[in-house]
Amino acid sequence: MTRESASERPMLEIHDLHAAARPAAAEPADSSGRADIPILKGIDLVLRAGEVHAIMGPNGSGKSTLANVLAGKPGYEVTSGRVLFEGRDLLAMAPEERAREGIFLAFQYPVEIPGVSNMYFLKQAANAVRAHRGLEELDAMEFLQLAREKMKLVEIPEALMSRAINEGFSGGEKKRNEVLQMAVLDPKLAVLDETDSGLDIDALRIVANGVNSLRSPLRAMLVITHYQRLLEYIVPDRVHVLSDGRIVKSGGRELARELEAKGYAWTRAAGATERGRDGACP
Amino acid sequence: MKPVDLERHWMEAFAAQEAARADEPARLASARGAAIARFAELGFPARRHEEWKYTNPERIAKPPWRPAAAASVSPAELAALGLPLEAGPHLVFVNGRFEPALSSLDGLEPGVVAGSFRTLLASDPDRLAPHLGVAEPFEDRAFAALAVAFAPDGAFIAVPRDAALAQPLLVVFVGVPAAEPSAAHPRLVALAGPGSRATLIEIYVTAAGDAGGGAQLTNALGEIAVGENAELEHVVLALEARSATHLAHRHGSVARDGRLTSHGISLGAALARHDLVGTLAGAGAACALNGLYVAADGQHVDIRTTVDHRAPHGASRELYKGVLAGKSRGIFNGKVLVRRDAQKTDAQQKNDNLLLSGEAEVDSKPQLEIEADDVRCSHGSTIGQLDADALFYLRARGLDSGEARGLLTRAFTAPITEALPIAALREQVEAEVRARVAAALERAEAA
Repeated sequence: MTRESASERPMLEIHDLHAAARPAAAEPADSSGRADIPILKGIDLVLRAGEVHAIMGPNGSGKSTLANVLAGKPGYEVTSGRVLFEGRDLLAMAPEERAREGIFLAFQYPVEIPGVSNMYFLKQAANAVRAHRGLEELDAMEFLQLAREKMKLVEIPEALMSRAINEGFSGGEKKRNEVLQMAVLDPKLAVLDETDSGLDIDALRIVANGVNSLRSPLRAMLVITHYQRLLEYIVPDRVHVLSDGRIVKSGGRELARELEAKGYAWTRAAGATERGRDGACP
Repeated sequence: MKPVDLERHWMEAFAAQEAARADEPARLASARGAAIARFAELGFPARRHEEWKYTNPERIAKPPWRPAAAASVSPAELAALGLPLEAGPHLVFVNGRFEPALSSLDGLEPGVVAGSFRTLLASDPDRLAPHLGVAEPFEDRAFAALAVAFAPDGAFIAVPRDAALAQPLLVVFVGVPAAEPSAAHPRLVALAGPGSRATLIEIYVTAAGDAGGGAQLTNALGEIAVGENAELEHVVLALEARSATHLAHRHGSVARDGRLTSHGISLGAALARHDLVGTLAGAGAACALNGLYVAADGQHVDIRTTVDHRAPHGASRELYKGVLAGKSRGIFNGKVLVRRDAQKTDAQQKNDNLLLSGEAEVDSKPQLEIEADDVRCSHGSTIGQLDADALFYLRARGLDSGEARGLLTRAFTAPITEALPIAALREQVEAEVRARVAAALERAEAA
């Protein structure tokens, strides 16, 4: 067998990824020597279609940076390493290209955009993604039908759709809106960045149900969280512990509970011995 | 040319037209005489003058302007400009002269006067006489005096007491370039009778013309009077070509309990300067000044507004928004004046600016001058860029960078464009703004 089938090709391959945050360049000519701040210090991770991986870690471990680098947020510099999405160089793509290719980042802090209707925006986004996939654009009626069906998933009322994007939404409404966008855009890889943060238990249940209904053998998910609680609702296939920019421990879902019981300090000690050998590959 | 020579040039141009003015009614002749004498007294403003700190008056006065000659525009050429003329009755002026063949008063309510200065001077001169000269707030403005001295004609509109116009009334001023630089002086007088309600839309455009591509100066002068308890919505849409300079003095006075809503949209011309004065003359009078200025590569737009509260219980709301792209320059200078007798005034003023490029520049200067002691006034201004987080959010959902910027810019301008009175106009303005912003962003990206 020399031909590699589609299912054998990982969806996402991260190899020895190093990334740094670029300090806000208020004055480009500034030569005071403000250096980039290294955050990711060698991440290795492989995700296949149908898999759900969780990334846990304390504040400052690099969780959100990893999510942002995957989505292409400006302000980071990849200093070395590679990221392949379906075998293609992800880092060479503009953020909108990544979105159209099927990467979705559910934001930790969804942005409020006054003056742009939530429904209009979602339709523009859906049609941008559809056009890229060679599908016909949806007209207003077709889109409304699709949106309504997905709104049920996350219990979003119609009234929220005619308002400006996230403007004046509660924390729970913002996160549900993210999952709604994900449901409509139908990504191949969803990266959920602390989607549980700030949610009460009812809101968490709604969001988790929405995410679970989107689990599919064709879709991969990377669930980033600070709390083990989320993983009671969205049960991962693998759990990785991130500490100081590296994955220091990987395991099955039971690792999350162990972590909750022993605290992150335990992984730092463990990381000192396991770092770089266990890797992230199952 | 030195300033003195500049002034002499205009005086000579005035003298050269003496023969052409020979058959003008005495009242018009005397208004012109007074205006040119006033101009001679005033001279052009000097750059050191505070009012002209950011716009060099010589840039407006200097090219060897000749009075714009009569020119013709065919119905097809007019249609090609894509104006929403079907929205209502319309008066069309070419180089400041009324063109009955391009105009239509179909659907105008009986009793409404809509026509030209020339017609009215023949039929009902007493009606126009009080409005022939320069309105009080502009008595010291040299360019306003020149408009009175040179304007060959003008638009006159009078809405009778208690009339409510079902359709908007449009006045279109078309500039036709000549081979040489030419100056047109469009004038407008609109009187809304007590208790009346009307919408007036003024549009400034440049026709292609076949005489050549000489620069044009539009030196507009407008006077609007809103009667007691009347309601007037007034739109000015300045869309002239880049070969044009647009200079305008517009005064709106509002009598007791009257309401004036002004929408000033400045998109065209290489250099535009709008000087707008709203006078709340009677108790309980109200005005709203909405404005949008968009400037891209090389454009310079200078907005000056004054809201003059002269009577008690007046209310004014002002919101001007500016979008500056490419290497452009914007100036907003807004004054709210509350006189001693204008107790219980409620005045709000806001100016917001969006810079779309590192080369764009804007100066915003809101001013409050309050002589009364029982008033509520606020003012403020902002200058900002598109929010980087919002841009990334939109791109992370698949919108390309241009679409995302366009969408956010549209969100910024929406409070002004969405307040425009008729759908066709709203759509035209939104399309114009979108096209101009997109073109500027594309040029920036290509560079």
